Amino acid sequence: MIHSLFVINHLGDIFLEKHWKSVISRSVCDYFFEAREKAVDPENVPPVLQTPHHYLISIYRGKLFFLSVIQTEVPPLFVIEFLHRVADTFQDYFGECSESVISDNVVIVYELLEEMLDNGFPLATESNVLKEMIRPPNILRSVVNTLTGTTVSAEIQGVIEACVKLSGMPDLTMSFMNPRLLDDVSFHPCVRFRRWESERVLSFIPPDGNFTLMTYHISSQNLVAIPVYVKQSISFFEAGSCGRLDITIGPKQTMGKTVEDLKVTVHMPKAVLNANLTASQGNYTYDFTTKLLVWDIGKLNPQKLPNLRGSLSMQTGVPNPEENPSLNIDLKIQQLAISGLKVSRLDMYGETYKPFKGVKYVTKAGKFQVRT
Amino acid sequence: MTAMQKLLQLPVNAVNMVKTVQSQVQGQEEDKSPVLTPDSGQQAWYSALQPDELRHLRSGGTGGGGGGDQEERAPLEEGGGGGGGGFQTQPLRHDDLKEMLDSNKDSLKLEAMKRIVAMIARGKNASDLFPAVVKNVACKNIEVKKLVYVYLVRYAEEQQDLALLSISTFQRGLKDPNQLIRASALRVLSSIRVTIIVPIMMLAIKEAASDMSPYVRKTAAHAIPKLYSLDPEQKDQLIEVIEKLLADKTTLVAGSVVMAFEEVCPERIDLIHKNYRKLCNLLIDVEEWGQVVIINMLTRYARTQFLNPNINESLLEEGGSGDKTFYGSDEDEDEDEEEKEKKAEAAAMAKRKPYVMDPDHRLLLRNTKPLLQSRNAAVVMAVAQLYFHLAPKAEVGVIAKALVRLLRSHSEVQYVVLQNVATMSIKRRGMFEPYLKSFYIRSTDPTQIKVLKLEVLTNLANETNISTILREFQTYIKSMDKDFVAATIQAIGRCATNISEVRDTCLNGLVQLLSNRDELVVAESVVVIKKLLQMQPEKHSDIIKHMAKLTDNIQVPMARASILWLIGEYCEHVPKIAPDVLRKMAKSFTNEEDIVKLQIINLAAKLYLTNSKQTKLLTQYVLNLAKYDQNYDIRDRARFIRQLIVPTEKSGALSKYAKKLFLALKPAPVLESPFKDRDHFQLGSLSHLLNAKAGGYQELPDWPEAAPDPSVRNVEVFTLLERVTTLTSVPEWTKCSSREKRKEKKVEKPFYTDSEGESGPTESADSESDSASGSESSSGSEESGSGSESEESKEASESEEEEEEEEEEQKKKKKKDLKKPVQESESEQSSEEEERKHQRKSKPRKSESESESDEDEESESESSQSESEDSESEAEVKKKKKTAESKPPPKPLKKESKKEKKEMSLLDLDDFEPAPSPQVTPVNTFLSNSLVTDLEGLSLSDSVLSPATIAPSSALKSYELLHRITGEGLSVEYCFSRQPFSPDANMVAVQMQFTNSASSDTKNLHIEDVKLQSGMRVKEFPEIELLPAGETATAVMGIDFCDSTQAANFQLCTHTRKFFVSIQPPVGELMRPVFLTENEFKKEQGQLMGMNEITEKLTLDVKCRNEHAIVQRVTTAANLSRVPCGSDKECSPPVPPPDYPVHRFAGRTVTSGSLVLVTVATKEEGAAQLTVNCEKMVIGTMLVKDILQALTQ
Repeated sequence: MIHSLFVINHLGDIFLEKHWKSVISRSVCDYFFEAREKAVDPENVPPVLQTPHHYLISIYRGKLFFLSVIQTEVPPLFVIEFLHRVADTFQDYFGECSESVISDNVVIVYELLEEMLDNGFPLATESNVLKEMIRPPNILRSVVNTLTGTTVSAEIQGVIEACVKLSGMPDLTMSFMNPRLLDDVSFHPCVRFRRWESERVLSFIPPDGNFTLMTYHISSQNLVAIPVYVKQSISFFEAGSCGRLDITIGPKQTMGKTVEDLKVTVHMPKAVLNANLTASQGNYTYDFTTKLLVWDIGKLNPQKLPNLRGSLSMQTGVPNPEENPSLNIDLKIQQLAISGLKVSRLDMYGETYKPFKGVKYVTKAGKFQVRT
Repeated sequence: MTAMQKLLQLPVNAVNMVKTVQSQVQGQEEDKSPVLTPDSGQQAWYSALQPDELRHLRSGGTGGGGGGDQEERAPLEEGGGGGGGGFQTQPLRHDDLKEMLDSNKDSLKLEAMKRIVAMIARGKNASDLFPAVVKNVACKNIEVKKLVYVYLVRYAEEQQDLALLSISTFQRGLKDPNQLIRASALRVLSSIRVTIIVPIMMLAIKEAASDMSPYVRKTAAHAIPKLYSLDPEQKDQLIEVIEKLLADKTTLVAGSVVMAFEEVCPERIDLIHKNYRKLCNLLIDVEEWGQVVIINMLTRYARTQFLNPNINESLLEEGGSGDKTFYGSDEDEDEDEEEKEKKAEAAAMAKRKPYVMDPDHRLLLRNTKPLLQSRNAAVVMAVAQLYFHLAPKAEVGVIAKALVRLLRSHSEVQYVVLQNVATMSIKRRGMFEPYLKSFYIRSTDPTQIKVLKLEVLTNLANETNISTILREFQTYIKSMDKDFVAATIQAIGRCATNISEVRDTCLNGLVQLLSNRDELVVAESVVVIKKLLQMQPEKHSDIIKHMAKLTDNIQVPMARASILWLIGEYCEHVPKIAPDVLRKMAKSFTNEEDIVKLQIINLAAKLYLTNSKQTKLLTQYVLNLAKYDQNYDIRDRARFIRQLIVPTEKSGALSKYAKKLFLALKPAPVLESPFKDRDHFQLGSLSHLLNAKAGGYQELPDWPEAAPDPSVRNVEVFTLLERVTTLTSVPEWTKCSSREKRKEKKVEKPFYTDSEGESGPTESADSESDSASGSESSSGSEESGSGSESEESKEASESEEEEEEEEEEQKKKKKKDLKKPVQESESEQSSEEEERKHQRKSKPRKSESESESDEDEESESESSQSESEDSESEAEVKKKKKTAESKPPPKPLKKESKKEKKEMSLLDLDDFEPAPSPQVTPVNTFLSNSLVTDLEGLSLSDSVLSPATIAPSSALKSYELLHRITGEGLSVEYCFSRQPFSPDANMVAVQMQFTNSASSDTKNLHIEDVKLQSGMRVKEFPEIELLPAGETATAVMGIDFCDSTQAANFQLCTHTRKFFVSIQPPVGELMRPVFLTENEFKKEQGQLMGMNEITEKLTLDVKCRNEHAIVQRVTTAANLSRVPCGSDKECSPPVPPPDYPVHRFAGRTVTSGSLVLVTVATKEEGAAQLTVNCEKMVIGTMLVKDILQALTQ
């Protein structure tokens, strides 16, 4: 199964290596670096690479590459899923999954890796099992909804994240006001599937700590209420090598809740050298190397709609881009699940004490893209 | 080095310090340590000093901070050879660590080990510390120990001799009473790759495989592939261990051992047979990673053991219409021939035998399906591929939704899933059509994802959705990602070839692209148009003309070459333009790329053949230029063509055919998916993704033409359980296994039980034959309870034989024949029996359920079976009968019934239920039961009921489980039959009576989704295949309530509906009677005083003042037996007056076996005192309440 793991930062330094079988020289990563060079963007590196003697399966998480070396047939998803689980575990343990944090906790990291795989086969990957050795956190239960949508299609995908700190063997049952909304679901292994099938309630004995209880999808047949609207015009002029940009965002169906953490990201065409814009609210940055325009708006004020306008300076002598860039919008709405999904109750059986229960709804834009 | 030299180095190092400030960041870890930081220059100074002073100095030195840089450089320089300093620093640094490791303080050791592990993690060499580290392997501190293990596993291979020093520690660890220590010792021992210890490892693995802790056994399973990779010669021995572990019944072990199986002996599929059903049933509870491995393995297994479920459908398809929906219309044309042959073969087969899915095949599909909801993408994918490869076409669709869900996961997951979806969507397009929009491309998708989505969209395109897809494609063409645009154009081309309706639309669209600003777009369009035009060139001469004009502008070689080829090929359609193009090309010939030059030569040749008047000179010019080209291919081509087209004396017959050669009609290229036929690799595998066989890949076998014997999967436990639960005669071919084995297997789910009877090749819906026959006599079940015991069981066994005959057919036939004479002789003996036998010949399993729970009988029949031989020749049977005869009669009641019978029936008796098995039957129970009866004044008459039915069913309170109305005609009642539940003595037997008052039959009555409080267990009743309208059936299930009155919740499922029901026991049913003498009773009572004793005063109900009534009421309220009263009555406190008797009852709780003692001391005027002594106070309290109620009402 998994032979070795290398963790590589964005500069291409291997700063952690772990071998579960005999040692494989880190020079095997050269094949990966080659592909990395070719791919331009780190996201474009093929997750599976073939070298003369090995297979390299990698994931890209938090600006780090987790690169595993495989020697024989193994389902690629098995490895990918495991690598993500490793990254999740680091995140869970250290709050983030970055080079500095891994380097600072290298011994714990190493011990974790030792526990997680035995001879390349996963041994303990459940956070609560691993945490028998280290710390756990607080109590709250939240429903997070993410909204994804484009003008072409929109769908809602949500997760229910749980944070449980109950002693004994509590048997929890969570029911929804409107479970029929849910089109497709996947569960943490603790959830009793049969019960869900027949009664549409989540019945489970939870592990301790934070975990994702369920992810769900709300079918695209149900109309998705997109919480904001966008008015934009981006134009490039043939003469004078410049362009104009004008974006306004306004609220639509937010059910009286404030839209927060509003952010617009635009991948500009290569020809755009610089942007000279004024934002009526929030700050914007333009990184001319990555061609990324980020407009951080913050809270959406329905009285005074945020607007970003100004001119774009273009490289001369280069034909104008024929396609306008699409806008990616991030947002968050507290106390609202745009899907309308509501938790009706949470009951506990099997233990006699009274637990503290709480639920928090959040809507977040997932991949909200406006084609222009 | 002399001290002097070292001194001289100092300034050099000082320079280094400055230079290497940058690397300081990386050196941080070491910087923090006060002892780790000297540079080589300082070493010279230190070496003259005493250790104590040394430490002083060093800590001072670190303050400066620069020291660490040098240290950091050292290992880097090692390899480079520039590092005199490097070699110097290392020993010293490691001396520090060694010193720390040698110290007595665990904290220092831990610090040193942490630093060493950090070195390993960064890939630095720490091998020379081996001796110092290995000494600490026996360290008491668990933290240190863990890190030492990490180090050992990393370096043992390099230092084999020293590694041996640690072995004894692990060997000791293997014997530790703590399972975690045993496991970790085995884990490390097996991870040390030192060949010398192979025998030790082997021994350790073997021992651990029989460890009582499942965790240790799991570790053993993990160790197997480790040892195998170290020494493949151990394979045979390892297979033995694998075989043993495969039989393990814990979920913890299952995944790991299958992993070991896959790595060591994937070809030994025969090892799976016996474990197949168990693996299927355990699957849902195995950890995720194990699930993946098991599912993949079972996919392969199923392909070797079952028949292709789509065999009939492919026949239908052959008829015509079906074909198109599943296959791309023109994708499998070339295969058609072969396929038809195959189909014909299959048809022949299918005619012989209609396909019926093996129940084991169905079991696998059913048990994996819920895992589509797993959060683990690998599990979902594993199930998806299983369904794709194994399920009937109609059922494969369920996986689409789950796969689409995975598309919202990480991009790497998407990448793999899309590859598989691309392959699947070729074979099963309909499955993904509803999810078309999920494959739309976002501008932020990585290129490889975009291309794959495009592939899927193309595969999904058909007449109805093509317009939507093309509109979507149009947006993609504007993308900034040019690779992606090129792929889109290719995709449009493929849509156009596959769907003739849109060919013109696509072509027009592509032609428009020819005026695109981007040359790459144009080039790609040209290439695609070329391919499309080949299909119907005559229609599109204007497009060819348009393209001819492009040669002036377009520079991309491939596009130019394509245009030239087109013009040459279809020069007859553009007779005016073609020579002109050649003229232009001849002019620029020398500046063209090679592929373009080749096409110019081709064009010239073709024009020469069709229009030699205009082009003769041009052609010669071109050929001359080519003759002196630098590229030998071009020179060769020119020479070759000249000989072909220009007739000379030398050129023979060939030139006559030149026109035919050059202008032959060329078949249009088939634009097909690169994913076509990739499904011969198991989906989800690495090999599939790479489209090449990866090392260790196990081929997915083709379906067998005829199914191998399905009985190989039968496990002994089956037949045992069958007997236990249904009291049927045992199939002669199985010998009863040892008692212990049976006990273990009791836990198994009852699926086995019911599938046993129908494990023949025909099952599924067609199994009605046997269940239907069952319905005939199901109503007879009640009376059968009162029939004489021996008869009952014998008849049951006979009827079972009948069933067998139906089901097991030939296999059993022979044996059955042998049996017949016996049966006949029986019937001769007793005409009455004869009659009944006929009546009940086809008595079904469920009708016997009444007597199922009768442990006495069952155990008897079991033991008889265990004694019985395989062969059942009459002589032998008779012999056995004789031996049984000579045995002492098992119990008085039996005697009674036997007396009643004639001798021959006695023989029958012991044929099927002879000597009681002492192990199963708690003799006490029996005795006390009979005593109760005795005391109740029911004298033993000839017509007495069997002991099992002593607890008179009339006295048993029935509870409603499912009302007729809510159950839509099905009503269910249950009662606690108070009979020991033989499959598990710790369970309470619950007898259920199903009545089908609906107008239609109810099928497949079974239990699902059992919800229990922790610790509780349920033994489900075997599935009732068919309950015809108006009929009644009974079944017995066992529930271990864990000595609590918590309800057991479960679903009662029929073939159409599921009902939520729960069974809550009255406290009195949680115990079973035990027989105690009065003295024993008092002694026990004496030990259960204080908190364990509850006393209540009461006034007895008027009707309940005689002894009989009290006894009756108490025993009705609780399943207790009466303690026979001794002659003396001065027993329990307070001493009652002699006129007022004391009644004592005793029992034990079913699960924990705690004693329950009840005393009812009567006093004058109906006053009484009730005392309950029980270790379980809750039970005691509740019992007091219940008995109180029973006695006062």
